[in-house]
Amino acid sequence: MNFEFTEEQKMIQQAAKDFAERELLHDVIERDEKSEFPTNGMKKLCELGFLGMMADPKYGGGGMDTISYVLAMEEISKIDSSCAVVMSVCNSLVNWGIEEYGTEEQKQKWLVPLAKSEKIGAFLLSEPEAGSDATSQRTTAEDKGDHYLVNGTKNWITNANSASTYIVIAQTHPDKKHKGINALIVDKNTPGITLGPHENKMGMRSSDTHSVMFNDVKVPKENRIGDDGFGFSFAMKTLDGGRIGIASQALGIASGAFERALKYSKERKAFGTEIFNHQAVAFKLADMAVKIENARNLCLKSAWLKDQHQPYGIMSAMAKQYAADIAMEVTTEAVQIHGGYGYVKEYHVERLMREAKLTQIYEGTSEVQKIVISRSLLK
Amino acid sequence: MKILVCISHVPDTTTKIKFVNNNTSFDTTGVQWIINPWDELALTRALDIKDAQAGVIEEIVVINVGLIDSEPTIRKALAIGADRAIRINADPKDAFLVATELAEVIKKENFEIILCGIESCDFNGSTVGGMLSELLDMPSVSAVSSLEIDGGQVKLKREIDGGQEGVHTQTPFIGIVQKGICKEPRIPSMRGIMTARTKPLQVVEPIAAEPLIEFVNYEFPKPKAACRKVDPENVKELVTLLHEEAKVI
Repeated sequence: MNFEFTEEQKMIQQAAKDFAERELLHDVIERDEKSEFPTNGMKKLCELGFLGMMADPKYGGGGMDTISYVLAMEEISKIDSSCAVVMSVCNSLVNWGIEEYGTEEQKQKWLVPLAKSEKIGAFLLSEPEAGSDATSQRTTAEDKGDHYLVNGTKNWITNANSASTYIVIAQTHPDKKHKGINALIVDKNTPGITLGPHENKMGMRSSDTHSVMFNDVKVPKENRIGDDGFGFSFAMKTLDGGRIGIASQALGIASGAFERALKYSKERKAFGTEIFNHQAVAFKLADMAVKIENARNLCLKSAWLKDQHQPYGIMSAMAKQYAADIAMEVTTEAVQIHGGYGYVKEYHVERLMREAKLTQIYEGTSEVQKIVISRSLLK
Repeated sequence: MKILVCISHVPDTTTKIKFVNNNTSFDTTGVQWIINPWDELALTRALDIKDAQAGVIEEIVVINVGLIDSEPTIRKALAIGADRAIRINADPKDAFLVATELAEVIKKENFEIILCGIESCDFNGSTVGGMLSELLDMPSVSAVSSLEIDGGQVKLKREIDGGQEGVHTQTPFIGIVQKGICKEPRIPSMRGIMTARTKPLQVVEPIAAEPLIEFVNYEFPKPKAACRKVDPENVKELVTLLHEEAKVI
């Protein structure tokens, strides 16, 4: 078993690290306070090709493997997980979904600008009455012959404002329940689409999150992904891969907090020595290190399975659940190690702790992941 | 116009330095290797010029004197944007050997501009650029912090005591560059990284050449002593310490 990364994977990891330190670190606290989208950082992220890193080069993507993606997501999330979530939605949900299940015409029209990082995508599944229970879609896509007429509201949509391409999950045949749901590619500028105000969130405040309202929005029939009624299945398969992105994000939040806590512990003195030399602190750091290593191994194994075209849904659920839960634990301890300084914004760890919480909730709560994992044990 | 950038394969600047074999050689265990930072700035400037003046710069080539373990570093230069690379298959034992090997290969092609960093972050010798200039009988300008190409003329600025000096020169020439030559080194794009292996990396066997320097042993600088503070009113104590302990007066 070879645990070494390839030369290309190491280069990608370093590029992501350099990008995050150079382009995101300097104003991440300010943007978090003001809830400002990282416009300049995103521009550079797009120039470097991070938003389409796994898409096939024939569509303008980087053609990289999922392991490279995990490495890049971790490095960027250490510093700015708001930026990382844009990467995750684009790479894992939107680009992968269209490339895996779209027609060639859909790929040429929609995937190419996304893969080239010229456009940003968004994935619209959650609704006010349907979060974990994605089968209860209230947004409708009525079949009108040559088009679908979409009505309804989607909630908590990442990239809602910055994206130009939406994938919208909506109910076409209510009598068929989840087998009557479709996935539609929608141009954000289609008449009838309006956005709610930017959500004032606990964490990942730089990430642009809005409700999206659809009022008689006409979507051409050819924008449907897959067969009629494939939408729920499409969403579930896509979210399997999305979990790898969010797991990597949680891993980055945890490892970023750990690195800061470790550095602080070697500098801060109490009772005549650096606090690292006090066992209470050293043992906390040891526990944090083990949890991060485990989370990283789960992320990398999920990525490896996906790259080998082997089933990865269960492993990615394990990675997402574990990484998110330890991110919460590790960031809490990181604040604790920093003491009073951990409670102020300047030291970053309080922001990382607020960011960790969302990883336990979105793209499938930790509880939903446990449903997925436990059901797999029954088989 | 072709630009050649000389690059060195050096330990990352955060490496904890250790020596082995009775302090006669550098311990490379676990060391992360990078492009010498000054060479990376030179490469970035070359790429900026190529991007800004489409059609003027035909290609950017990187060259390295090193063994096979330097190839990942060379490929990073290709990922950043160099068009092709040359590795002279020799152990870079000292600056003279490096300059000799470089000169032998460089004179077989026509490069209008040759760039190298002012020093490498491992040995900090600051000599390869000057030696190369002599061996190639080519003008060189050192401490270059700005490089522009205007028509056929090259306009440089170099750092001198108290300010900057403007220099105009013709090609071919060697620019020995330092910080200021560009804002910061380029980050390789995802496409750049994935296509680096498709770009030519030519390996050339060295000519027979001997280093002029023999490294006898390495030692660490003495640790700095703790700072002694003397009350500003107590001049007598200060004089005594300077005379008897520091022995400087």
